[in-house]
Amino acid sequence: MMESQVISAASLLGTKEYLAPGHRACLGCGEALAARLVCKALGEEVIIVNATGCLEIISSQLPYTSWEVPWIHTLFENTAAVASGIEAGMKVLKRKERYEGKAKVVAMAGDGGTADIGVQALSGAFERGHNFLYVCYDNEAYMNTGIQRSSATPFGASTTTSPAGKVSMGQATWKKNMPAIAAAHGIPYVATACPSYPFDLITKVRKAIAIEGPSYIHILAVCPTGWRAPADSTIELGRLAVETGIFPLYEVEAGKYTLNFDFPELRPVEDYLKRQGRFRHLSPEMVSKIQERVNSEYAELKRKATVSKASIRYYIIEDKCPGCGLCVNACPREAIIAMGKKKPVVLDEAKCIKCGACYDACRLGAIGVE
Amino acid sequence: MMRKVGMEASFAIAEAVKLADADVVAAYPITPQTHIVERLAELVANGELDADYMPVESEHSAMSACLGASAVGARTFTATAGQGLELMHEVLYVASSLRLPIVMTVANRALSGPLNVWGDHSDAMATRDCGWIQMFAENAQQVFDLVLCAFRIAEDQAVLFPTMVHIDGFHVSHVIESLSLLEPEVVNKFLPKYQPPYALNPDKPLTMGAFAAPDLYTETKKPQDVALRASKEVIIQVWREFGELTGRHYSPVETHRADDAETLLLTMGSFGETATVAVDNLRNKGQKIGLMKLRLWRPFPFDEFREVATRVKLLIVLDRALSFGGPSGPVCSELQAALYPLEVRPKIISFVGGLGGRDISVETFENMIHRGLDRAERKEFGEFEMIEVRE
Ligand SMILES: Cc1ncc(C[n+]2csc(CCOP(=O)(O)OP(=O)(O)O)c2C)c(N)n1
Ligand code: SF4
Ligand code: SF4
Ligand code: SF4
Ligand SMILES: [Mg+2]
Repeated sequence: MMESQVISAASLLGTKEYLAPGHRACLGCGEALAARLVCKALGEEVIIVNATGCLEIISSQLPYTSWEVPWIHTLFENTAAVASGIEAGMKVLKRKERYEGKAKVVAMAGDGGTADIGVQALSGAFERGHNFLYVCYDNEAYMNTGIQRSSATPFGASTTTSPAGKVSMGQATWKKNMPAIAAAHGIPYVATACPSYPFDLITKVRKAIAIEGPSYIHILAVCPTGWRAPADSTIELGRLAVETGIFPLYEVEAGKYTLNFDFPELRPVEDYLKRQGRFRHLSPEMVSKIQERVNSEYAELKRKATVSKASIRYYIIEDKCPGCGLCVNACPREAIIAMGKKKPVVLDEAKCIKCGACYDACRLGAIGVE
Repeated sequence: MMRKVGMEASFAIAEAVKLADADVVAAYPITPQTHIVERLAELVANGELDADYMPVESEHSAMSACLGASAVGARTFTATAGQGLELMHEVLYVASSLRLPIVMTVANRALSGPLNVWGDHSDAMATRDCGWIQMFAENAQQVFDLVLCAFRIAEDQAVLFPTMVHIDGFHVSHVIESLSLLEPEVVNKFLPKYQPPYALNPDKPLTMGAFAAPDLYTETKKPQDVALRASKEVIIQVWREFGELTGRHYSPVETHRADDAETLLLTMGSFGETATVAVDNLRNKGQKIGLMKLRLWRPFPFDEFREVATRVKLLIVLDRALSFGGPSGPVCSELQAALYPLEVRPKIISFVGGLGGRDISVETFENMIHRGLDRAERKEFGEFEMIEVRE
């Protein structure tokens, strides 16, 4: 299964790695995986500005670097400002014919570097309208410094500075809604993504960089170390976060919300919470409090989502499909079933969540949308 | 070649930046720096300067944006003062360690609290060790000249250090003076376009700002210090060239009536002009006194300073900043450190004054010198004394 996934991803994205293997991330790191996919989607014409945090630390210890693309790290909280300076510098130098190329500036930071200490610089850069993409890898705490809480840490999570104790149930505040804050700047593109849905993530990155002006992608990056979960549960936890409605995947384009994965029914939050040590202490009352909150936030999001993918339908165009299987691996819901060699695959619409991953994966135009 | 004009020092700085054809200006307003950046915004708005003016949301972001712009090879300028320089603090160190030749003027301002927008050197002293080249100008002409020289020095391939030109807030920044500007052709020859030795570009991917563990951190710091010290030769060379071009000469340490002096008064910044008058007055009364001004603050001009200082018996130093609980004024303790290794060295009397914009008159300078001589006579060297303070 693992192997065939690698093959399908490679055939879609090319084999070139821009965040080279051999970095120092923990086993099963969702942040490193997300960054790898983002970089594949970005390609070569890019300048990356990285905040202090896990991603920077795992990839850039002198005298080594994991970066095959131009990359700069300066400080923790100024990533968006450095990115805006690069963008401004390139713009002028091009005008004065002293710089060539069409590199896109892409800033990357953790949830702490984004929602806490870097939020001012980010807001400023959005407001000034620089042409850049900002990617937040949200692992829901300050992981690099040892799992301290951030404003993106979810309610109830135990961290080293919001520890569960005799009189504490862990993080006492609700997760800051950073995508909504980004969207409130009226920038052209905001999206959430998760590497458990790689095709969706890649599509969004490509969309974002094609847009002129600021764009923001908020990626849920499962951190097995900080979440106290097995290293092989990263992909599954990411899926569960989406399927429970805890981390819905959506886009905001010029203020218009699109829910990319619209589930007919959400899974109970408990399915997600119980898999992680950081929530181990939660009482049933706390769990139902979280469930209520998720229900209402999801309902609110659905209300805002003027475009819901639920209204569209994906189907197999049988005479074009030789059953290559790319879409089978791409589908996050196992909704496409291989029927054997040279036979068209079958799409089970009851399972389908209209994510479009199969459509993006198919090289032969054998998947139709209506 | 020269155009004589009457101009506020802040505008003269903007004029120098325009003549330098800066590519990016990222700044955040703070008194008494405001006139500099307002004028630059105006020059850009009128199309007189083809730059991107970035009205960023803080000084931290101003300096961070400068890092980014400089890292792609743009000629980059900013200006700040007091609290703004403090807010930039951590970014300053990154600029010097990445060897990005950003130029900044600082209209020196006291630090809160209590809030005070007027001039002293608290801000400059707090950023003493940030790895930038730092120099002090005393008037509009000097700051115009030194800003132009700063670009040339900073961008020299053997230097590549960000450079700060300090002026006193209000005492210099807001004063209208007569000065000679330079014609664009002259500047273009003196200051060719910046050619970055490396820049962020997909053509040649490079990693900037990798982190260093204990095994390599020291190895990154040593060459940085060696290079900053070595930059003094380039600074002197650029100033010499500028002197030949304009007839206006600058050196790391400048003196007035020091030749046969037994005592030297030492100042930095705009008070040098008042101190000159005080020294002349005392000379006329037969006192063997001269004036020494530190123009270059970093790299510290050890040789030049020692050469002049060891000619006299007594140094009277005026600091415009406090080192709370420390040995003396911050400049004075540097001078003491510079002299300590020498067998024969002058005695030093340390004064602190002119804080938070308080003026020091010619008369006060004279009194201070008398007091210094008097204390030296009685061998009361002590730590330091604050002048004109009501207790
Ligand atoms: C000004 C400043 N304050 C604090 C730190 C220490 N620090 C470095 S990384 C980090 C946490 C990073 O958290 P996040 O942005 O969420 O990234 P992660 O490591 O979780 O990917 C902190 C607190 C710093 N480098 N700079
Ligand atoms: S602590 Fe978490 S985010 Fe950081 S490298 Fe390890 S798994 Fe990745
Ligand atoms: S079949 Fe449905 S759920 Fe599966 S990849 Fe296609 S659109 Fe997504
Ligand atoms: S629909 Fe496309 S990707 Fe899926 S099996 Fe058929 S040809 Fe392959
Ligand atoms: Mg984090």
